[in-house]
Amino acid sequence: MLTKEEVVKISQLARIQLTDAEVEKFQKQLSTVLDYVEELKKVDTNGLEEVSQVTGLVNVQREDRIEVADNHEQILSQAPEIKDGYYKVKAIL
Amino acid sequence: MDFAFLTLTELREKLDKKEVSSVELTKYFLERIKNLDKDYNSFVTVTEEEALKNAKDADDFISSPGENPFLCGIPYAAKDLFCTKGIRTTASSKILDNYIPPYDSTVIKKLKDQKSVLLGKTNLDQFAHGSSTETSAYGPSKNPWDKNRIPGGSSGGSSAAVGTGLSPWALATETGGSIRQPSSLCGISGWKPTYGRVSRYGIIAMGSSLDSPGAMAYSVEDLAHLAEIMSGRDERDSTTGHAPVEEYAKKISADLHGVKIGIPKEYFVEGMEEGVRHRVMEAVKELKKAGAEIVDVSLPNTKYGSLVYAIVAPSEISSNLGRYDGIRYGHTVANGKDLMEVYTKSRAEGFGDEAKRRIMTGTYVLSAGYYDAYYKKAQKVRRLIVNEFAEVFKQVDVLVCPSTPNVAPKLGKAADDPLFGYIADQLNIPGALAGLPALSIPCGFARPSDGETPSMDGLPVGLQIIGPQFGEQKIFNVGFAYQQLTDWHRKHPQI
Repeated sequence: MLTKEEVVKISQLARIQLTDAEVEKFQKQLSTVLDYVEELKKVDTNGLEEVSQVTGLVNVQREDRIEVADNHEQILSQAPEIKDGYYKVKAIL
Repeated sequence: MDFAFLTLTELREKLDKKEVSSVELTKYFLERIKNLDKDYNSFVTVTEEEALKNAKDADDFISSPGENPFLCGIPYAAKDLFCTKGIRTTASSKILDNYIPPYDSTVIKKLKDQKSVLLGKTNLDQFAHGSSTETSAYGPSKNPWDKNRIPGGSSGGSSAAVGTGLSPWALATETGGSIRQPSSLCGISGWKPTYGRVSRYGIIAMGSSLDSPGAMAYSVEDLAHLAEIMSGRDERDSTTGHAPVEEYAKKISADLHGVKIGIPKEYFVEGMEEGVRHRVMEAVKELKKAGAEIVDVSLPNTKYGSLVYAIVAPSEISSNLGRYDGIRYGHTVANGKDLMEVYTKSRAEGFGDEAKRRIMTGTYVLSAGYYDAYYKKAQKVRRLIVNEFAEVFKQVDVLVCPSTPNVAPKLGKAADDPLFGYIADQLNIPGALAGLPALSIPCGFARPSDGETPSMDGLPVGLQIIGPQFGEQKIFNVGFAYQQLTDWHRKHPQI
């Protein structure tokens, strides 16, 4: 079973703030999922290559060309805060 | 006139013969949604104004000389995971409650080019995480055959809308069962394409190595038409396949002489309802009548499918859902004191439990020290599953089995069971991991094992037909042959 500290650490990495009650709930539920997949560790996978692209495509390229995008305003209109045509965020430093 | 439950082929004929106009048809379905959907909750957003305007445009086009595109003037519904320019797209989540996409997904654009008419956006499990629509931020959708039961998920709003006759067809997406399972539980026909057959561009991402946009309708013939329209390479999705798109509907054939159908024994799992097994075996007999040769096959790695999925899907989810930061779009916290707090609180408020659970599972299994043991290991076992299917398709043309182990369960079963979906979708997940195309089509009714249902006949059972990668024509032929011999696909609930 995962410890509470591990759950808090994961939530920090995932950038999701949890309440104490949530930490307790997810401690149980995440452990259930991890127990569920435990059996995979016993499968013999010697010499097998991982699946990364299932239909076998490799390095699909396209021509690098410029297209006009005239939807800046629509895109920015979705942001909670903008200033002078930029996204506005809290001070970082 | 009654237009509910007519196939697209039938509607096309009525529109071409001017027996009905697109505006009349659109008004008919909008009215039906208004009257019935309060009980089924299949739509998150109904786009009445745009629909009537587009229907008018379609009628103008139909009146002008020349051939009409197959979907011209025909209404449809889209899972609220497809970005629609200027129309709210929520993924049934709080974090995207107010999101208005500045662009159309490729599939939506193709349907616009056909002059089809969008009725609205359908409910789903939040971010498509779930198999019941119960994780939706807007409440669950209901099964058309029994309102106390789930319509399946994640595309449960789409299956409920089509199953209730609120829309002649609907767009859906599948990552690991989300088209086949709800189609099966609602008694309609669903197509899960080969991975990369249909562009993912503009569809809110869940598991990028698995996500496959597809369709739900009343017949396999309709699905073959839709597949022709929706499929193809897209420069904006580099994972779309290079295989040419065939004329699936034109080439469809009900003659199964020379076709070998494999029956995988591992898909008749322990705990499967007896009625489901029985109906599927009856269906196999019908396929034999159509000329197919039936062969018993074995896929012993099937049991690992859900386990691999329980690692791979959350990993890709944790990566894809990293973009919801409360800064560029979507929900943001009212008073974050610094940037980190804007992230952590916006995400805490905006995501539901299932999304949080999957993001954190993925974050854990991808984190330093665990990556090899979980993610890498899972992707290797996935290779075993891919290889096993490739081997079996050397012996047979398609596989036939049940779509789900049971008919629609009651509402409430999925809540707080972190493993519900992995078990509900165990017969769909292995094929999804291998990128295979598949259908679920109705093959009769069975009594549920978890109590009574007011539906006289019982609840729908789904027949699953799985093909090799890009083998869409093969699954359409087998499904079409079955629907020529039976009329289960023309049975609809009394509403």
